[in-house]
Amino acid sequence: MSPLPIGEIDMSTAPILDIQGLSVEIPTDAGTLKAVRGISLSLNRGETLGIVGESGSGKSMTALALMNLLTPSARRTADCINFDGKDLTHVSEKELASKVRGQRISMIFQEPMTSLNPVYSIGRQLTETMTLHRPVSRAEAEKRAIYLLEKVGLPDPASRLKQYPHELSGGQRQRIMIAMALMNEPELLIADEPTTALDVTIQAQILYLLQDLQKELGMSMILITHDLGVVSRSADKIAVMYAGDIVETGTAVEVLTNPQHPYTRGLMECVPGYRGDEAHRLGSIPGIVPSMTGTITGCAFASRCPRAVDACKTDIPPTKQLGPGRTYVCHDPESTRDQSAREQQSHVNRAPFDPGKAKGESVLTVDNATYTFLVRRGMFGKRKPLKALGNVSLDIRKGEVLALVGESGCGKTTLSRIIMGLKQPDSGSVRLGEHEISTLPAGQRARMIQPIFQDPYSSLNPRKTIGDIIGRPLVVNRIGSSKEQLAKVHNIMEHVGLPRRVFNSYPDQLSGGQRQRAAIGRALIMDPEIVICDEPTSALDVSVQSQILNLLLDLRDELDLTYLFVTHDLSVVQHMADRVAVMYLGEIVECGDRRQVLSHPKHPYTRALLDSALSISPELKVPAPRLAGDFPNPINRPSGCSFHPRCPIAEQQCKEQVPQAEIIDTTFVKCWKAETSQHQVKHQ
Amino acid sequence: MMTYVLRRCLMAILVAFTVSLGTYALFHFATDPAQTIAGEDAPQEMVDEIREQFGFDRPLLVQYGDWLGGVFQGDFGTSYFWKQPVVELIKEHAGVTITLALVSLLVTILIALPLGISAALKPNSWVDRFALSIAVSAQAIPNFWLGLMVIILFAVTFPIFPVSGDATWRHFVLPSLVLGASSVPAVMRLTRTGLLDVLASDYIRTARAKGFMGYRLILQQAMRNALLPIVSVLAVQLGHKLGGSVVTESVFSMNGLGRLAVESIFNSDIPTVQSLILIFVLTFVLLTLAADLINAWLDPRIRMG
Repeated sequence: MSPLPIGEIDMSTAPILDIQGLSVEIPTDAGTLKAVRGISLSLNRGETLGIVGESGSGKSMTALALMNLLTPSARRTADCINFDGKDLTHVSEKELASKVRGQRISMIFQEPMTSLNPVYSIGRQLTETMTLHRPVSRAEAEKRAIYLLEKVGLPDPASRLKQYPHELSGGQRQRIMIAMALMNEPELLIADEPTTALDVTIQAQILYLLQDLQKELGMSMILITHDLGVVSRSADKIAVMYAGDIVETGTAVEVLTNPQHPYTRGLMECVPGYRGDEAHRLGSIPGIVPSMTGTITGCAFASRCPRAVDACKTDIPPTKQLGPGRTYVCHDPESTRDQSAREQQSHVNRAPFDPGKAKGESVLTVDNATYTFLVRRGMFGKRKPLKALGNVSLDIRKGEVLALVGESGCGKTTLSRIIMGLKQPDSGSVRLGEHEISTLPAGQRARMIQPIFQDPYSSLNPRKTIGDIIGRPLVVNRIGSSKEQLAKVHNIMEHVGLPRRVFNSYPDQLSGGQRQRAAIGRALIMDPEIVICDEPTSALDVSVQSQILNLLLDLRDELDLTYLFVTHDLSVVQHMADRVAVMYLGEIVECGDRRQVLSHPKHPYTRALLDSALSISPELKVPAPRLAGDFPNPINRPSGCSFHPRCPIAEQQCKEQVPQAEIIDTTFVKCWKAETSQHQVKHQ
Repeated sequence: MMTYVLRRCLMAILVAFTVSLGTYALFHFATDPAQTIAGEDAPQEMVDEIREQFGFDRPLLVQYGDWLGGVFQGDFGTSYFWKQPVVELIKEHAGVTITLALVSLLVTILIALPLGISAALKPNSWVDRFALSIAVSAQAIPNFWLGLMVIILFAVTFPIFPVSGDATWRHFVLPSLVLGASSVPAVMRLTRTGLLDVLASDYIRTARAKGFMGYRLILQQAMRNALLPIVSVLAVQLGHKLGGSVVTESVFSMNGLGRLAVESIFNSDIPTVQSLILIFVLTFVLLTLAADLINAWLDPRIRMG
């Protein structure tokens, strides 16, 4: 089916969207929160505008305000929101719903798992978008839906229409959301963190798809994200938001190659891998985003800014124009202009990468561990075995950071639980030094291995004070007198950078970064040898992530720790790890020296992961994805090499025979085509 | 889906008979049926004779099995007190109760759903407060008092409806209102909070971004999700109305199953009590089953597991 006629395409240069002085205020108990503070934006036809900022910067609020979809309590004011020459602030709610939303402006939201209505079929949710606005029959709408589902790369689109959201994976649902947004060929697509909840390989697929569709349909797009890598590849123009205000605008290349605002600079310095060499210490932005209530004096960033002078705290900063559409809002004080250069130099204080670390004696050995869950589908369904781990062998060596990488569902969390002794492997063993870990008493195990979990919001007991939480392991294991315990807690709090005054605070009084510091403190109070970090920074903003990563590396050197670092983020691996183990469907497919693995990957899956990781490169686009399809359901494991259905270089042998492990250049790899794969890489 | 239905039915039947066996046993431990039939002051020989005649001397399980065997053939035994087959007793009384229960359920739905929905649409508005005050009063006012009040008002002061009895449809208006009102608070609150939750969900945000608003947003997008818990509660409420509208039936002197149950208990009329309990339990179990099936029909996640 051919695309629907769009009507008159206005090829004039007038921007499709022009926002002036948009503000959003939300009444809260602590006063009126100024979530968006008089921002102005404009977007030309066919262009992509990236709105970047950390959580709480007001970027999602801006998008919702544009569509007038804010919660009822929020107040929106704007001088104008001109969309295609029409001021949306003067358009009634009824006309907005019937003429604009879902028709001329569409939205894709962050949460694919909850953004589709669970009780209606995919077909209904897709077609109603069209039948609501246009005099088309259901059959016509279905044809369009099938056409679009094919376009977004869902196999067998006709049968998808009968499916329900819960039958699909996150990546598939996000494709459905995209198809739904495109049903009426909107002129403007607003994508609010469209890939944040997805795995990196799926993220690359979705971004590539959006990039492709946009070109084909001539849509304009607003891409809201916290990820500088994502925005650098997708956006033409960038607006950096901080505390409800736009602090810097320009083309993607301008902003990312020559950032002017100290916040933009700070953010980029925080991104692991941005400065290339891992020997650089990550930059960080101290403090947290201030809450924008009450009267605001001076620059909102002043309290965190390395260049702030007195005027920054008292005077509203001016908007400086560097060229058409190139602005930044900063006092830009002369006296501290070379500050950032000095800052950067001071970053080079991390001990250079030491390959010797990775050759130490092994402190923990996993030998041929397997683990199988029994999964029940439905209320009365039969229990089916799900092989979470198949013959995993791994050793962790003294003083190293071993990164365990893989997508969600690959078994990395199960493996880390087994290593902590929280789960017993079905077969195989986990040895801690001389001892089998399952035979060790819990207290002794706790002295050797401690975990740090992903979510600092749910991993701390909300009814205990920070002091209690950190000291708890000492109390449970009856270590020292209560006086000694107290001293130790204060000591650890100092180590992890928690101010003394939070000793009696409760977790919800702390910021995300402080909570994760408390979680680290709780892990370290037992003086463990090994710390298992399970995605310790993936719930945090990048400026906080860099603080935590720096802290973890400092602590390793100070306290002589060994880390098992479970993560999906290769830029973090690049920055942190000495060795890397890559997992796919419960197996380690590649393992070796970090430099070796990341610069000369031998397994095609490692290669694909590396390709999907989007570094900040505004000159580049999102690369065509190497991996087809989704991460498979582990209940139905593919035959032979379990990676073969998604592998770009799979051959007949891969479908039939399970690959043997082999060592190539000191790297452990499980692939029939490891040599070929490596060969291919060299040619690229 | 088929296996789901079958398994649920099997469970339902199992529950029903477990409960009925339990009450059967309790009754036989608590009272001596032979003594009851013979009368308080009857001589021992007469009691023994009755015991033998009715087979009360046999083991409990045998008696229960015997009775159950009859039940399966439609024979619920003969009432000791009314001296007529229990089946006929139940047939006589069931009509009133079923009519009353269904009409009052309708009353509940017609009051509670619109109130709940309008409260959810404008939380903390005057509509919301009005709905809440209705809910609180309906919860606080005892059923019998409300019954008496409406009798005084609509049957005595303004004689629009008859005071008591169950002869014509006019007799059912007041009791249905009273019985219906008793379920309004629970259903209304559930509608309100359920709909508020649904309206705050991400998929409703999606629907609004697609251009849905007003009644379409509620009816075509939100209501089905909000209905799931309401269906379950309505089933329980209907069960209460079918099995336990004793107070309302007494206040309005209606000859329903509730009153039959009370009288047969006072008279230790075991066969009648027994049969009523089995019927009430079966009703409850079947209603919850029906609710589950309706929910499975509404929600694919339940349907497909």
